Amino acid sequence: MLEEIKVRLETSVPGCDPEIILNSSPSGQHSMLLDAAHAVAAATFLRDDAELRLDYCSNVTGVDWLETEHSHGYLEAVYHLYSMERKHGPVVLRLRTENRTDKVHLPSLTPVWRSAEFQEREIYDLYGIIFDGHPDLRRILMWDEFEDHPMRKDYVEPNDYEYEPTAHDEVLTKAKQHAEQQPQ
Amino acid sequence: MTTAPVKEEMHEDLAADGSQDELLEIALGPHHPSTHGVFRMDVVLDGERVVKLKPVFGYLHRNHEKIAESASYLASMPYTDRLDYICSLTNNWAYALAVEKLAGLQVPERAEYIRVITAELTRLVNHTATIGFLTQEMGASGTPLMYAFREREKILDLFESLTGSRMMCNYMRFGGCRVELPSGWLEQTKKIVEEFPRFLDEYEQLLTGNEIFMARAQGVGVLERDLAINAGVTGPMLRASGVNYDVRKVDKYGIYDRFDFKIPLGEHGDVYDRYMVRMLEMRESLKILNQALRDLPQGPIMDPKAKIRGFRPKPGEAYGRIEAPKGELGFYLISDGSPNPYRYRVRPPSLINLTVLEDMCRGYSVADTIVIFGTVDIVLGEVDR
Repeated sequence: MLEEIKVRLETSVPGCDPEIILNSSPSGQHSMLLDAAHAVAAATFLRDDAELRLDYCSNVTGVDWLETEHSHGYLEAVYHLYSMERKHGPVVLRLRTENRTDKVHLPSLTPVWRSAEFQEREIYDLYGIIFDGHPDLRRILMWDEFEDHPMRKDYVEPNDYEYEPTAHDEVLTKAKQHAEQQPQ
Repeated sequence: MTTAPVKEEMHEDLAADGSQDELLEIALGPHHPSTHGVFRMDVVLDGERVVKLKPVFGYLHRNHEKIAESASYLASMPYTDRLDYICSLTNNWAYALAVEKLAGLQVPERAEYIRVITAELTRLVNHTATIGFLTQEMGASGTPLMYAFREREKILDLFESLTGSRMMCNYMRFGGCRVELPSGWLEQTKKIVEEFPRFLDEYEQLLTGNEIFMARAQGVGVLERDLAINAGVTGPMLRASGVNYDVRKVDKYGIYDRFDFKIPLGEHGDVYDRYMVRMLEMRESLKILNQALRDLPQGPIMDPKAKIRGFRPKPGEAYGRIEAPKGELGFYLISDGSPNPYRYRVRPPSLINLTVLEDMCRGYSVADTIVIFGTVDIVLGEVDR
């Protein structure tokens, strides 16, 4: 089914070049990689096409792929689409950023499927992907003044250790260091 | 309700109106008896009418997904109990289903029937609690709630004798169930399932034709069909708006295609329809329970080829979903061949159903907002994970 969708996407959305990514687990849920420039047009086509009618975006997931010897690292947003009208699915879309550091923009699919609104906010909050075109992109689970993005694989918790009066051993030495460092 | 001011952005675009000094900003929650947990709604009110509403949550965020990346697949199973902490057995089943899809495991017959029985009992547990709390929010100070909880306690006793715990059951395993049914459990369950319709009739006699209930529930919080589909709303909220989509009938996971049950649909999408859909769903669950209890076969409850220790699924990914009592609960797992998942994602129905809260509450009074919010039926453990 994904091959047919790929062919129809190539004809209906000019310039779109989806790549099918195979899934080696027994679940058989293969996915389609879209490029950021044509993502919104492709999504609108998938939603409105008479045969597919993928009107229900069930799940939006953020994934953090670290640098390996094969690829520079990137962040990814995975969309699971179903059709409530035709009762078929899932069709899995993937959008990838260019790298994990500065080029982390992706187009938001919230104008196409409103169910992505809170989920894209969560991916921004926890992974740091900035969705262009999202109506209200701000942190959703962490508090507003929080820094950094916790779900990334290289996230290190801030060292905001609080002094513990009954500490002992290594906890006591660490607390003593902090008591010296921070001006009271 | 506190009168703590909400952030500046809330009424920047209302400044042009000129009437901003007549608007009152209120934070409903997070310490609030009717917000079903630590949940805050920043509302902007014009008198009693809601003009703007922004849900704020994250108070119960326990980074469940990150913990799962450093724990093995089986070690995450007790954590799934605590997601939607009222319906722990359906959470377990959703996770077990996703892992079974990922690793290609088969589940024996008896385990499938036991899963269906426990899932439908969980649906009864959840809907009684929701409807009970709905009456509580409408002002019937606790009496219908306690009637509903009386029935719920009987089912929780069943869970305790089966799994050892009333609410945090941790019962499903990858490839089957954890422990065999104790002796006498089936007879007890059959007795409860036989007596349940009488309780539902009694409850409906009190509520369904009740003037006050109808006046407070009909026409309140209408959710249109197209908005519901586009916003990804699932579960009884979606079916009350008239969309025939139930994952049990669409995906036919487990052995649901063997049971004969109907899907109740609403017409108007208001609070009354959501209440009625839940009542009718409970009756359909009793039908499924009767059939499952009648047909339960003997046999093993665990796939003999399933590895419990050293479970390493092949690299790949899978998305498994079930019809939890609150909506579509899905788990998305990416495996890289190691004993821990590379990415573990919970698709929480409560969070997605909250997308339309503002649309449903705009124009209604604060009292109606609490009632509408009660029918969205959220549990903060699932929203925040």
